[in-house]
Amino acid sequence: MRVVILLLCISGMPLAAFAQQSAQQQSTPQGAQPMADDPVANARAVHLAAKLRCLVCQNQSIAESNADLAIDLKRQIREQIAAGRSDEEITGFMVERYGDFVLYSPPVKAVTLLLWFGPLSLLVVGLYVLLRNLRRRGAAESPLSEEQKRAAAVLLKDGGGRQ
Amino acid sequence: MNRYVIPLAVFVVLVVFLGIGLGLNPREVPSPLIDKPAPAFSLAQLHTPAQSFALKDMSGKVWLLNVWASWCVSCREEHPILVELSKSNAVPIVGLNYKDQRDDALQWLDKFGNPYNLSVSDTNGRVGIDFGVYGVPETFVIDKAGVIRYKQIGPVTPQALEQTIMPLVRKLQAS
Repeated sequence: MRVVILLLCISGMPLAAFAQQSAQQQSTPQGAQPMADDPVANARAVHLAAKLRCLVCQNQSIAESNADLAIDLKRQIREQIAAGRSDEEITGFMVERYGDFVLYSPPVKAVTLLLWFGPLSLLVVGLYVLLRNLRRRGAAESPLSEEQKRAAAVLLKDGGGRQ
Repeated sequence: MNRYVIPLAVFVVLVVFLGIGLGLNPREVPSPLIDKPAPAFSLAQLHTPAQSFALKDMSGKVWLLNVWASWCVSCREEHPILVELSKSNAVPIVGLNYKDQRDDALQWLDKFGNPYNLSVSDTNGRVGIDFGVYGVPETFVIDKAGVIRYKQIGPVTPQALEQTIMPLVRKLQAS
């Protein structure tokens, strides 16, 4: 799945009217090297990078992406961790510059209400319609009268005798 | 009757949403920096690296900040439009030479013309990050108070220039 997305992303890049250096330059992702000396800071950096969307290659987090901007932003994260900033401060830094879109999990606010609760409300509406239809169908199936039962029995018997 | 009207209405709503969705460009992510003060910076000038240029040097003027690079293919597309604009002297254009090599950048300007009042070198892309740059070229309209009023993502097209950017610039210059 990831390979498909990557291929789509790569093939889409020249079509889009946006140039990014990544395709043309350097394949060595500096800033992507782990901070081997500090596993805690390293884990924090990876965790943060996984929560942020790469705006160049929109279906990847900046942790996954090797686009130039993603590499720069990973370096930013590491520098800011080294400078002692909290996770909230670092994501705040990204949101200030790139907007909520950079977050894979955008905050709940007026403009994102539909995004957060749309699927749930569709499910509720769907369940309501389903229950209503089932109930209506149930009501339509009235029990047979004695005469109808007899007629049905005769028909079934005849049908069985044909073989 | 209702049996058909309701599903049809739902379908029509879905089609309208899809239609709108198809018309949008998912690469154009609205910038949170619109109507916020432009991030302060001070960078070396491209032509004269010994001299620096700071955001505050443009205070009192309406100007365009154009993010460009010699490696950027779509920059070539918008470049003639900027060159044309610069000839009219309607608005100062400052270039932010983003993650570029100085020699390549100078050569590129020699070859295609230099529409910029001046360019500054953002060699490591740090100022670009402050401006939320994610796809070059990008163009910011900055007002007299240093507030970002508009951001063009991707190349400046003749339509964008005539219908959006220049009317806004004139309005800001008049105010």
